[in-house]
Amino acid sequence: MSAAPTSTTAALPTSEQHGIKAHSDGRFGFVPVQTRNDRFKSVDVADFAPVTGREAVWKLSPVAKFTDLTAGELDGAAYDVDSTPTDGVAIDWVGRDDARIGSVGAPEEQAAANAWTSFEKALAITVTGEEDKEITITRARLGTGPRGAHTIIEARPFSRATIILENTGDARLTENLEIIVGESAHLTVVTLQEWNTGAVQLANHFASVGRDAYLKHVVVSLGGSIVRVNPSVRLAGPGSDTDLYGLYFADAGQHLEQQVYVHHDAANSRSRVTYKGALQGAGARTVWIGDVLIGRNAPGTDSYEQNRNLVLTEGTRADSIPNLEIETGDIKGAGHASATGRFDDEQLFYLQSRGITEDEARRLVVRGFLSEIVQHIGSQPLEDRLQAAIEAELRSTDEVRAPATTKEN
Amino acid sequence: MSVLEIKDLHVSVETDQGTKQILKGVNLTINEGEIHAIMGPNGSGKSTLAYTIAGHPKYHADSGSILLDGEEVLTMTVDQRARAGLFLAMQYPVEIPGVTVTNFLRTAKTAIDGEAPAIRSWIKDVRQSMTNLRMDKSFAERNVNEGFSGGEKKRNEILQLELLKPKFAILDETDSGLDVDALKIVSEGVNRAKANTGLGILLITHYTRILRYIEPDFVHVFVNGRIAEQGGPELADRLEDEGYDRFLVDSNVG
Ligand SMILES: Nc1ncnc2c1ncn2[C@@H]1O[C@H](COP(=O)(O)OP(=O)(O)OP(=O)(O)O)[C@@H](O)[C@H]1O
Ligand SMILES: [Mg+2]
Repeated sequence: MSAAPTSTTAALPTSEQHGIKAHSDGRFGFVPVQTRNDRFKSVDVADFAPVTGREAVWKLSPVAKFTDLTAGELDGAAYDVDSTPTDGVAIDWVGRDDARIGSVGAPEEQAAANAWTSFEKALAITVTGEEDKEITITRARLGTGPRGAHTIIEARPFSRATIILENTGDARLTENLEIIVGESAHLTVVTLQEWNTGAVQLANHFASVGRDAYLKHVVVSLGGSIVRVNPSVRLAGPGSDTDLYGLYFADAGQHLEQQVYVHHDAANSRSRVTYKGALQGAGARTVWIGDVLIGRNAPGTDSYEQNRNLVLTEGTRADSIPNLEIETGDIKGAGHASATGRFDDEQLFYLQSRGITEDEARRLVVRGFLSEIVQHIGSQPLEDRLQAAIEAELRSTDEVRAPATTKEN
Repeated sequence: MSVLEIKDLHVSVETDQGTKQILKGVNLTINEGEIHAIMGPNGSGKSTLAYTIAGHPKYHADSGSILLDGEEVLTMTVDQRARAGLFLAMQYPVEIPGVTVTNFLRTAKTAIDGEAPAIRSWIKDVRQSMTNLRMDKSFAERNVNEGFSGGEKKRNEILQLELLKPKFAILDETDSGLDVDALKIVSEGVNRAKANTGLGILLITHYTRILRYIEPDFVHVFVNGRIAEQGGPELADRLEDEGYDRFLVDSNVG
């Protein structure tokens, strides 16, 4: 294998997995950070020093390309949202004084704080009723001006729903999404990024999962120039449970990033984090940082996080950084894994030598790799759509690769 | 009656030091149902011959030809060769991330046959072959060769041989890295495939021990890019006793 410009932070079994680990890389707001949960937080953009790109949350992001979103003036007005009316799902624009705002999380960096400071109305999606329902909420006309937004998704106790947030068209967007999963509620949130080529999105999701409640959270990032979706989930109630999935496919020049944080903050909570990404084309870049904190008051925790990347061509870079902090000895299980593998000419030869054509071989590998995530989404129409979207990405790989690449081993 | 003919084959490979000639005029004819063993010292070009037949892009046929039932193989793509009935069990099978054995086998079978196999009998066939090769059921859901031991990889190659039913199979050191039990199991698999389909086999090996289980009709001694001597099974015994020294004297290997 030739020297690949692919960097990976592989998860080796280190002492970090087994004990309390002090972060050495947090230098936020001049406060020395002890654990992931002690990061400086503020809803006011003025509380944050200008972004330098050396901060823990920014050090792998192309910060120079979105200074308008971190420090510039944002349009915080309501925007067009498309959806089909669905029983048990209310969609409203609410004022900044809505009690749910700020009830789940607060920004840990300047772009998120800028959005928080700037939004005029928040989009509130409220789920009631115990029967299952699915709704797709589409943003397609955000335009190219810098924008700040705030969204609330509240699943009332015992309610059930699948909310698909579909993002297309242009965007220069920084936003916060608060997800409240009430006691015994069962909520799936899928956020689908199929932006136009030049779009930039910096999103922070903050979720709180109540007693015996369940949150499935799925991030699918395919289109856009810079797409950064950072979900934080606090397992706040005893018996709370979450599955966090991610699927991303970075093409030439694309930066796709996700910083995932799970905070076990109650007894007998369970979390699984599974993110998978494919990279193709010069300058395709992905970042995955997965932090799990098992707090002092979370005995009986069961947690596992993993990230896998598949590199299809030369000239890409995948960063993959799992972190696990454990503050209690009384847990059921905790672990992490991270791996970045390549699809190379020898693999192609092997598959072809069994009669499989080159295109089919490539599709087979990527489809197989990503379908683990697709299969867990739980909405057949959406799964079919995503498979089709992956096929479309693969067709563009074939274009990237033509004429047939040569590689020396 | 199928026949694979290799005629005056010259093959070179691009290296950092420039073009290196490896095969220097190979002539070999294999008929359906025949087993030909190729034995030779390290670096003599055995794998190069195997890869060239399969169409690995690194190896360039400078002259000569390979004919499968009269059709030129050298102009076919790798996958066309497989669909034409050629199979290479590799010396070092590669890992394929993200593709399960089940998915891989079904895709390959579909590609080779030009249509998807009937689901029920296919599942039965796969199970049966895996059982025969003493492969645990769990392998079906594992990614191809990922984390397989050396011996497991070799079994997986023979599993494919049994299921894809080629006309000709090249087995490149399928015996290396196998303990006695595994060697028996794998050899049985090869013999079973031959009994079922009557395929022709080109068996590349360093050692005579596999020839106790898979009996060759012909033995070829491969030295310095060409066949230096051929004979029947008795030639293998002689090699066992004498080694390759007598062939190496005149050649300029190394
Ligand atoms: N891709 C390659 N690049 C450079 N040299 C190669 C390459 N492939 C083969 N060679 C060289 O060609 C010669 C023949 O190699 P080959 O692998 O065919 O030998 P072999 O008979 O199969 O050996 P072994 O018994 O060790 O498997 C060797 O000198 C080898 O170094
Ligand atoms: Mg060899």
